[in-house]
Amino acid sequence: MEIKKVPTRDGFGKGLLELGKNNKDVVVLSADLTESTRANWFKNEYSERFVSCGVAEENMMSVAAGMALEGKVPFCCTFGVFAAGRAWNQLSISVSYMDLNVNIAGTHGGISVGPDGATHQALEEITLMRALPNMMVVVPADAIEAKKATIAAASIPHPVYLRFTRCGVPLVSKEEDEFIIGKAKTLKEGSDLTVIACGNMVCEALEAAQILQEQGVSVRVINMHTPKPLDEEIVLKAAKETKGIITCEEHTVVGGLGSAVAEVVCQNHPVPMKLIGVKNQFGQSGKTEELMKYYELTASDIVKRAKELLGA
Amino acid sequence: MMKKRPDINELKEKAIKIRSTILKMLQIAGSGHTGGSLSEVEIILTLYKYEMSHNSKKPEWEQRDRFILSKGHGCPTLYAVLADCGYFSEDLLWTLRKMGSKLQGHPQRNVPLGLEASTGSLGQGLSIALGLALAAKMDKKDFRTYCLMGDGELQEGQIWEAAMMASFNKLDNLCGIVDNNKIQIDGFLKDVMNVEPLAEKWESFGWEVIRVDGHDVVGLMDAFDKVREIKGKPSVILADTIKGKGISFMENKASWHGVAPKEDEVEKALVELKKQK
Repeated sequence: MEIKKVPTRDGFGKGLLELGKNNKDVVVLSADLTESTRANWFKNEYSERFVSCGVAEENMMSVAAGMALEGKVPFCCTFGVFAAGRAWNQLSISVSYMDLNVNIAGTHGGISVGPDGATHQALEEITLMRALPNMMVVVPADAIEAKKATIAAASIPHPVYLRFTRCGVPLVSKEEDEFIIGKAKTLKEGSDLTVIACGNMVCEALEAAQILQEQGVSVRVINMHTPKPLDEEIVLKAAKETKGIITCEEHTVVGGLGSAVAEVVCQNHPVPMKLIGVKNQFGQSGKTEELMKYYELTASDIVKRAKELLGA
Repeated sequence: MMKKRPDINELKEKAIKIRSTILKMLQIAGSGHTGGSLSEVEIILTLYKYEMSHNSKKPEWEQRDRFILSKGHGCPTLYAVLADCGYFSEDLLWTLRKMGSKLQGHPQRNVPLGLEASTGSLGQGLSIALGLALAAKMDKKDFRTYCLMGDGELQEGQIWEAAMMASFNKLDNLCGIVDNNKIQIDGFLKDVMNVEPLAEKWESFGWEVIRVDGHDVVGLMDAFDKVREIKGKPSVILADTIKGKGISFMENKASWHGVAPKEDEVEKALVELKKQK
């Protein structure tokens, strides 16, 4: 049977629709990629609160800041590469320095974007956004979580960066699950080692844990949907209770989720770690599955690294 | 609708007072932007003493007109005018750029003090002002938004992204002002990166353009009167100014862009300002 896969950007689109209905202050700004980011779902229902910005991301972020100063709750929609990279200084000075409730939706995160290639595959957003004071970073594991994260971001009086996928991701959570920004979730208990993942890598981590389980290795799996503020408590508990930690992100290992976890672990309770992610490389064109294999981001890569870590 | 105008001579004297305050602030701070602070004095003074609806006793009054200083490095002038309007005591001015001061080297948002937005990274202020104006239109609020830019700042691409979007949205509640002092930190704009013809550029982006002498308070008031009547598009006032205006040895010198005067230089400058009364 084919597993049901839903792009997390679809969850974002649904979240915006619900916000449109329940929160009159929510406005959606779009830098031309309105259909690709699913901002068009909101636009079709609430056109009077939709702001077309054209292909001008820097302006969009500062305009959103101005609207937030007047009490609006803006969501800025574009691809992750353009949101985090191109408009970084605007997100720093116009948005984070003033600590405004501006929410940034960066879709098309990671190499799973596929054929568009390196220019459209965002690999540095967690790093770039994590470095900004006041900015929170959320990478939902599936479309259900993406919807909840979108709704939650609107009620947080600080800037939130939301990272979504273009490609379909299997559902790993349920509608009734609680979702709190900044509070990670243990999806599977385990005592030998811990895998901490975010975004579409959560599904790979669960699959790897299953394979390892069959081989007699007990793996704890944590869904770290919020790389910032990081749930330090759950990380330190894992460091103390298991023999090592593997982090997984479809993102550069330079400064991303793995770095955030390592910062906590090595300063408080050092244990062996492996960081799985893109190794300071650019992406390239290809099918999602081909790219995930090439960049060693699959469940079998996690299994391999787990065995290295355990010295087996 | 004609507004009541302040006494012209009082306004001119106020400009001299503000200039001397700016020089003292910068000398005490030991660093800062002298040239561009002196060139914008009449512009900011006319905004606060004539054009804008605001009340220093109620800084968070919802219907107040908003002012965004996009050329954030010119904040000494804004701080001096805000103090003169009663937003805070003059004592605070002497803490400019000092550790822990609310008067940062570039403005940090503090609405109770009259500071609407954090600016200083050039090119962002017009977009922020646009956001305010757009939100006002959405909510059918009547306040107006003013944004002062530097002419060198117009080299930033973001300004033109905002210029395009403001006219696209017919934001007649938004007024830009360019402090056209023709000098940036590296030298004359015509040598560093020419931005002229400015009137044609703004016009082609769909803005109403008015060109005035930026040191003529009457001309500035006339320009603001005219702008208030323009409907269906944003307006920009191109205010031709002199960098370092009012101090002979500072005028038209790029070297005074980002340097504070020393004690003896302030003394000399104050003597010059006294003669202008």
